[in-house]
Amino acid sequence: MSGILSLAMKLLLGDRGKFYTLVIGITFAVFLMMLMTSMFFGIIQHSAANIINIGAEIWVMDPNVQTPQNSIPMPDYMLDVVRSVPGVDYAVPLYLGAGLVRLENGDYQAATVVGLDDATLFGRPPLVEGRTADIYRNNAFFVVRDANYAKLGSPKLGTTFEINDHRGVIAGIATVPVGSLFGLPTLYTTYGRATQDLPSTRYVMSFILVRPKSPAAVAGIQRAVHALGYRALTAAEFTTRNDQFYEFQTAMGMNILIMTLISFVVGLSIAGETFYMFVLDNLERFGALKAIGARSSELVAMIFYQSLVVGFLGFGFGVLLASGLIAFGKLKIPNYAAVITYQNLGMALVMVLVISVVSAYIGIRRILRIDPFVVFRS
Amino acid sequence: MILTVDRVTKWFGEDPTRTYALRDVSFGVDHQEMLYIVGPSGSGKTTLLSVISGILRPNAGTVTVEGKDIWNLSADDLADFRLHTLGFVFQDYHLFPRLTTAENVAVPLVLRRVRWRDSLRKAREVLEVVGLADKAELPPPRLSGGEQQRVAIARAIVAEPDLLVLDEPTASLDGDTGKRIIEFVKTRILEAHRAIIVVTHDDRIYQFATRIIHMEDGRIVDRAEAVA
Repeated sequence: MSGILSLAMKLLLGDRGKFYTLVIGITFAVFLMMLMTSMFFGIIQHSAANIINIGAEIWVMDPNVQTPQNSIPMPDYMLDVVRSVPGVDYAVPLYLGAGLVRLENGDYQAATVVGLDDATLFGRPPLVEGRTADIYRNNAFFVVRDANYAKLGSPKLGTTFEINDHRGVIAGIATVPVGSLFGLPTLYTTYGRATQDLPSTRYVMSFILVRPKSPAAVAGIQRAVHALGYRALTAAEFTTRNDQFYEFQTAMGMNILIMTLISFVVGLSIAGETFYMFVLDNLERFGALKAIGARSSELVAMIFYQSLVVGFLGFGFGVLLASGLIAFGKLKIPNYAAVITYQNLGMALVMVLVISVVSAYIGIRRILRIDPFVVFRS
Repeated sequence: MILTVDRVTKWFGEDPTRTYALRDVSFGVDHQEMLYIVGPSGSGKTTLLSVISGILRPNAGTVTVEGKDIWNLSADDLADFRLHTLGFVFQDYHLFPRLTTAENVAVPLVLRRVRWRDSLRKAREVLEVVGLADKAELPPPRLSGGEQQRVAIARAIVAEPDLLVLDEPTASLDGDTGKRIIEFVKTRILEAHRAIIVVTHDDRIYQFATRIIHMEDGRIVDRAEAVA
């Protein structure tokens, strides 16, 4: 069989024009599919930045909360109630909100403010400068050094600013695994300072972060919290809920899906038509092969092999191109939200396989219908 | 007998527009025989060639090659029969323009699952026999008509078939080249106790035939023995 596949390869490579058109067509389709889905996954990942960065196992929240950004404050007594639920090892409050920072030069900049439990500082980010204990100093904040750090004037330790008309001092510089989606710098402080300086509503507690005594206790905690009229989600469940919000309750998911499908159709059209033309051009030669003694199954194998070779080449080049552009984007654009995951690689591969199989099928239908008698009718 | 054709009938279309291409055609071909099938255009020569090559199924009659009724074979067995028993030289050659001459000649061996490298080696040997050793790496479009014809012949004989089938082999060649090629094929194939069937209406090469069948309107109208 390898000789027949070598023959198929030589026939394919022999027609350089069509070979390049096929590879470029599929490359372009894969590039677009990868870019679209990578942007989508990037946006989803960045939108879940707080869930990832804070790292709590269970998040207790109002049942109507969809994303970490849109928290609905809960009454303080809920913290005590959750702490009393069997299976809870400990529970701490979390404040997540926004503040308006006035920089030294007088400019204003919105910032995300995370208020960590005063006693435990659960969910604190690792510091690259400063000491953790310095967060307890007067008006102390940690700033996250990410793509949005420069928007606060790239503050150093000791830099002062105003936040919601209160004085703030940079006491530490931190890093986080995932940057925020919305392009805002992030400040960490204690829960007490955040709730004192920032919000204006009656209730101030955005989330309760819970550590269960064991994984087996999670279901019981969820049931108990649900009975109180609130919702307790594991980090994975909260991430999924956040993903679904962006996928189904914003236009983002549908738009990306449409663009991905368009890319697929473009790739399928180019590859399908070019491959069919390739088969048509070689129809008499395939007829000659049939007359000489090639079995139909061997011709089918040749066509599939040709389409799969073109498909895999296009997939490789497409992924390479998309990766290159995303890498370039990350270099040039702060917080560029695009990430290549196994899911979108797998999805693009499946779509390329569909393109290859459909293109091959179109050609195969024609080849199986060739009457080798044509080679005698010149 | 290497080939026996018994009362073969082939028609196209159905009543009332049914057209008969072959009517009760019977003949045989023995080893070391070079049979010519001649006749005017539309007389059924090519249809007969297709039927005895296992390409076009007859409506009636049998075609027996080496004792096997080929039209009782499955599609795959029929393909194997063509691959292992027959060698074809098509009128328009049907060479692959994007393969080299050697690769073109190697095709039947490749289909027989001979390794690519071994197929090419054998193809080069046969190209040397047909006098095209120096053209082995050229694509067919860079060869003259006569050279392409020789490539087609090299492809037909590379797998050493029992029965060589040539369709209008000299149609696009000048007289001398045509004669040289037919002479070469005859010598090469018949020496090996094989048989050749030639469909032609080129009377310049009749001299090489051991027997000639003359066809008209799908029937054999004349049989001439031992011309050569």
